Amino acid sequence: MEKFTVLDLLDLDLKEHDALELRCIAGRSGLDRQITAPDINRPGLALGGFFDEFASQRVQIFGRGETAFLEKLHGEGNVATISAIFEYRVPCCVFSHGLTPHAEFIQKAEETNCPIVQTTLSTAVFTSRLLRVLGSVFAAREVVHGVLVEVYGIGVLIMGRSGVGKSETALELIERGHRLICDDAVELRCISGNIIMGEAMNRVTGHHMEIRGLGIINIAHLFGVAAIRDKKQIQIVVHLEDWDPDKNYDRLGSDDTLEEIMGVHLPSLHIPVKPGRNISIILEVAAMTERMKKMGYHSAKEFDENVLEWLESKSARTRYFEKKDTF
Amino acid sequence: MIQRQVVILNRAGIHARPASLIVQTANSYEAQVYLDKDGTRINAKSIMGIITLGASYKSELTLSADGPDEADVVDAIARLFESRFEEE
Repeated sequence: MEKFTVLDLLDLDLKEHDALELRCIAGRSGLDRQITAPDINRPGLALGGFFDEFASQRVQIFGRGETAFLEKLHGEGNVATISAIFEYRVPCCVFSHGLTPHAEFIQKAEETNCPIVQTTLSTAVFTSRLLRVLGSVFAAREVVHGVLVEVYGIGVLIMGRSGVGKSETALELIERGHRLICDDAVELRCISGNIIMGEAMNRVTGHHMEIRGLGIINIAHLFGVAAIRDKKQIQIVVHLEDWDPDKNYDRLGSDDTLEEIMGVHLPSLHIPVKPGRNISIILEVAAMTERMKKMGYHSAKEFDENVLEWLESKSARTRYFEKKDTF
Repeated sequence: MIQRQVVILNRAGIHARPASLIVQTANSYEAQVYLDKDGTRINAKSIMGIITLGASYKSELTLSADGPDEADVVDAIARLFESRFEEE
C-alpha cells in the first residue's frame, strides 16, 4: 500500500455523510507525517501524565474535555506533559467542535512540526466518520479483470477471459437502463471483513469502456449520468465462459454456489456463452432472483418443495383409493 | 511463469496508443500476460486495465507471462518498451 499521510487525509474528496470538514491550523510542515493505523486515540490519559501504552501512532482527537483540560494545564503553567506529547511523533492532533487550542500549544506544534487540524464536526460524528474513512483507506485491496455493473440495484461483477464478451454484455445492460461502475480493471476493497466494494482504480478512466471494433467510449457522455455509479458493493459474481458441451451446468439452481473473494463468500454463477444466448437478459434475471432470495423467496427451492408436496399428496390419495373398504 | 522488469522510456508514458500496442501484441499469443505496478496487477490483454495503471515516464513495471509461449510474448512486449512504442 502507498503511504497515507495527513495531507492525503485532508485531500480526500469526501461528500455528504463522509465529509470530515478538516482544516489545518498549525504545523503545516508536518503534513507529510504518515498515518499508519486505521484507529484513533483520545489522549486523556497522556494529558494526565500517564504515557504507558500511549497509542502515539494514531490520530489524536481532542474534544471539549481534552481542550478544557489543556486550558487548565496552561493556566497552571504545567506544560511538561504537553511537551511530552509532542515528543512522541503523533501523526496529527484533531480538535473537534471547531475548537482552537491555547496559543502556546500551537506554538509547540509549530516547533515540533506536528500538524494541528480542526474540524467543525462534533467529536462523536467526526470519530465515526474518521474510523469509516480510515477503515476504507486501510482496507485490503485487490484488482480483478472484469466489469462491474449494477443491475436492478444488485452489484454484479462480470468476469471471464479476455474477449468472451464481458464489455459487450455490460453495454447491453447499460442500454437496458442499468449502470456501469467500471470496466476492465475493478478495484475491490474488503470493508469490515464482510463487504466487498468495487470501484474504478481512478476517476480518469472510470466510466469508459473498450468495445472491440469501436474503441474507447465514454458511458457518462453517451448514456448520461443515470447510467453510471462511482462504487457498488459486489453481490453476485458471474463467470462468463465458452460453452463446453462436456461440462455440466447448473440446471436447477437449488444449490447456491459461493465463491470466496478476499475472505468474503459471495454467490457465484457460471454462465456459458454461445450464439443465441442473450447474456444480458440472463444477468437481469440473475439479479432479480438474487433480490428475491434476499427477500426470503427462493424460486428453485420453492419449486422443489411444491413438487415434493404434490408427490406426497398424490401418493396419499392413491393409497386411500386403493385401500379395501372396511366398513 | 517468467518475469521481467521493464522501464517506460517514452516521455508520454503509457497512454492509449502504447496500451493498444501492448494489447495487440499480448493477444497474438496464447499465454496469460500481466503487468504489475506498485503491487497492482492487471491483465495485459485489456486496454482499459493498462491505461488505468497510470504508468508514467521512468516508472518501472514487472512484466510476467504464463503459458506455452511465455518467453516469446515477454520478449515481444519488452521490445515494445525498449523501442519507446515507436514514439519520439
